[in-house]
Amino acid sequence: MKVETIILLIPLLPLAGALIAGLLRNQVGRTGSHIVTILGVGGAFVLSALILKMQIYDDMQSMNYNLYTWGISDSVIFQVGFLIDHLTSLMMVVVTFVSLMVHIYTIGYMRDDPGYQRFFSYIALFTFSMLMLVMSNNFLQLFFAWEAVGLVSYLLIGFWYKKETAIFANMKAFMVNRVGDFGFLLGIAAIMSVFGTLDYAEVFAAAPSKINETIAVFGGVEWSAITFICVGLFIGAMGKSAQAPLHVWLPDSMEGPTPISALIHAATMVTAGIFMVARMSPLFELSDAALSFVLIIGGFTALAMGMIGIVQNDIKRVIAYSTLSQLGYMTVALGASAYSAAIFHLMTHAFFKALLFLAAGSVIIAMHHEQDMRKMGGVRRWMPVTWITSVLGTLALIGFPFFSGFYSKDMIIEAVGGATRFGSGFAYWAVLLGVVVTAFYSFRLLYLVFHGQTRMDKHTEDHMQETPLVVTIPLVLLAIPSVIIGYFTIKPILFGGWLDDAIKVSAQNDVVAELGQNFHGATALALHSVQTAPFWLMIGGFVLATWFYLFKPQLAENMKKRFSGLHSLLENKYYFDDFNNKVFARGFIRIGNSLWKRGDAGLIDGIGVNGTAAFIGKLGERVRKLQSGYLYEYAFAMIIGLIGLLGAWLLV
Amino acid sequence: MITLTHYLTLGAILLCLSVAGIFLNRKNIIILLMSIELMLLAANMNFIAFSRFLGNPDGQVFVFFILTVAAAEAAIGLAILVVLFRNRNSINVADLDDLKG
Amino acid sequence: MTIQEIFFYLFSIIMLAAATMVISVRNPVYAILYLILTFFSAAALWILLEAEFLGIILVLVYVGAVMVLFLFVVMMLNINQSRVSEGFVKNLPLGIGVALVMLAEVLMVLWYKNQTGVDNFPIPVPHEQGYSNTAEIGERMFTAYLWPFEIAGVVLLVAIVAAVALSMRHREGVKTQSVPQQISAEKRDRLELIDMPVEGVKKN
Repeated sequence: MKVETIILLIPLLPLAGALIAGLLRNQVGRTGSHIVTILGVGGAFVLSALILKMQIYDDMQSMNYNLYTWGISDSVIFQVGFLIDHLTSLMMVVVTFVSLMVHIYTIGYMRDDPGYQRFFSYIALFTFSMLMLVMSNNFLQLFFAWEAVGLVSYLLIGFWYKKETAIFANMKAFMVNRVGDFGFLLGIAAIMSVFGTLDYAEVFAAAPSKINETIAVFGGVEWSAITFICVGLFIGAMGKSAQAPLHVWLPDSMEGPTPISALIHAATMVTAGIFMVARMSPLFELSDAALSFVLIIGGFTALAMGMIGIVQNDIKRVIAYSTLSQLGYMTVALGASAYSAAIFHLMTHAFFKALLFLAAGSVIIAMHHEQDMRKMGGVRRWMPVTWITSVLGTLALIGFPFFSGFYSKDMIIEAVGGATRFGSGFAYWAVLLGVVVTAFYSFRLLYLVFHGQTRMDKHTEDHMQETPLVVTIPLVLLAIPSVIIGYFTIKPILFGGWLDDAIKVSAQNDVVAELGQNFHGATALALHSVQTAPFWLMIGGFVLATWFYLFKPQLAENMKKRFSGLHSLLENKYYFDDFNNKVFARGFIRIGNSLWKRGDAGLIDGIGVNGTAAFIGKLGERVRKLQSGYLYEYAFAMIIGLIGLLGAWLLV
Repeated sequence: MITLTHYLTLGAILLCLSVAGIFLNRKNIIILLMSIELMLLAANMNFIAFSRFLGNPDGQVFVFFILTVAAAEAAIGLAILVVLFRNRNSINVADLDDLKG
Repeated sequence: MTIQEIFFYLFSIIMLAAATMVISVRNPVYAILYLILTFFSAAALWILLEAEFLGIILVLVYVGAVMVLFLFVVMMLNINQSRVSEGFVKNLPLGIGVALVMLAEVLMVLWYKNQTGVDNFPIPVPHEQGYSNTAEIGERMFTAYLWPFEIAGVVLLVAIVAAVALSMRHREGVKTQSVPQQISAEKRDRLELIDMPVEGVKKN
């Protein structure tokens, strides 16, 4: 098989699965739908792995080619094409692997759901969209896939469309993403106007020569074109990757089914923004201002969102805030020019966060769709596999040495510490404190769910049992990379130049290279970590959580009372939602109402549509009287006209 | 000396007479048809006068065509009149107000 | 005053007087007769303009055919005269007023300061001996105006068909011949064989 055929098949197989499961859902049935989609996604995974293998062992060069000309408009050519380099193939493998696990897991999770085929069709469609996103070689295709994953996310958050809160959540996700997409689109439009092309390679090649160009945005205020483009693109990334203040949709998206939370809202789609910024590294490198902006936003998100996770009681929301916090880490890495560290953390995070979500889902299945942690406790007795995999995932998340999360997170912290850009000091402290917070909420979750006294009711307790194999097998399969992938891949990805064909870092910004000088192998790094601050901070968080939630559960209540101000600030998520509801939502509702009543009903309907009709009607009623039906009156009118014309001709 | 103006004045008077005829005979559709014939005659008069004074026989060819069309018009108009009278038993223009809005 | 002028004024006055009578008499039959007089005078004026062919045509076709058609129709329809002419006096001021305004305007166009330049045309010289107006018109009509001429013929044909189609009516109770029905008739439509007992013959 030719390489091009393989590459083309990778996105098309999931699409075919989605179409079959979606359009022929009655013909293929429930079993048929999961077979075709799993075959499609599984095929895509195998082929992606094949591409990755060819790149590692067979020395395959990165490929950049156009497949199809979408349209030509006045010298601008819109292409559909693929850019397959190391970054792409890494993303492809991560996406298809997590997607495959989620597909298998869904068989168990959605077993009794009436929308079974629809669900499989959506997630396979999502896989297709996400693959198109990472494989794209131009901005228009990127934008198309960007919107496609947003659409599928919208459909899946509102999957249980009879649930009031789910509808609210998917609308919220959609709208907040529109805000981000507006910036994204502005960025793309600015690229179009500055570079005259949308092709990655051409844009990146031309970028250094445009560094001094300016662009007039509002009333003649001159911006550096590159900074404007980068900020616009990053605003898009803020929407998709849920960076403050556009993060508000992600916690609410937990209204969707848990496999979705794992696949879309933890492992893949929300990292699209990170991927995009890493992909655009040749542009971002040229703008220190944009990178400082990225750094500050990321730092704030990493710390502040983690702290909210401490006070949440819904098991999925805790993990959602954890995801926000981890995305903040990745963003910080981007801002510090450590793009490869961001991608590295993206990959490890995809595995362990998907694992945590799926484990949470497993508990939720066993608890009959109860998500409140206050009604759990001691679950470990019934669910050993879920418990062990959760512990592994948690250790990876908090960055315990040798676990994958340790390598990626430690590298980010080190990289930020080495950065000198404006905002890096703030970001460094944010990510450092974030380590305590991460350890604290992670163990809080672990203790509340799996340890201690059971707080569930009698009926639930009687029915507790380990979830079926289709659920536990993906957990185990995800637990393996969660533990080991960091150890094996840190050297090639960060220091071996594996991503050099996609990521360009200018020499004076290259903090990762500086780290590389002190790097003496993964084992040494892990052993050395016991002498570093992050390790002891993590241990501190662990001890605090253990003390609060395992030994002295009443202490947490006392602390809540003593720091009630801080608690209510966290409980209300820094009042972001309230602010949005009061200012934006209410303001737009008011604007909408007035536009509706005055603009639409009054002006367009009242004067425009009905007014025209009423005017014509009234005019017609008057003019009707002129139509007497008598021949001589018509003749008279004609002659009067003739006289008038003659008179006018005479007078002029 | 009979100039072109003489003939044109004659045509104008003839035309105005027929216009007056349309106004005066509101009840009789036959007189209306005759007034139209008079109008065409006035137009023909002008055509022939111009043709003569310009020395160009094309105007007379035109008159020939006008006569043809006028004959056709008279035939059809009278046929309609007959049918009308048969159905309504009247040729009073005032009775024909089906077009009234 | 030359002889032409005398005839011009004579026929003009006759024509205008007759036209006035056309629009003012009560009886439509008289109106048609006055219209015939108008056409006769017009034909004479056209002959004065050396348009002999059209003058003759006007008399032959118009007076001979169209006016007689009018006459037929008027006589065929039994029109209530008193009803038909009512309102004549009431409309008189308006009709005359409009006609006068229009006349004044047209005459102003013709007379006022020679705006249209009609006065600049010289008096045409009479044609020489042997000139044929008919030949000249015929030559124009069958060369430059051949297509319009053919179309005029079609217009007349359509008028004939339309007039017949409009005024034809099928009266109940009038026996007519139906050719298609006659042609398509077959034996079984006309002939029926009936079995019946033989009468008058006694069985032995």
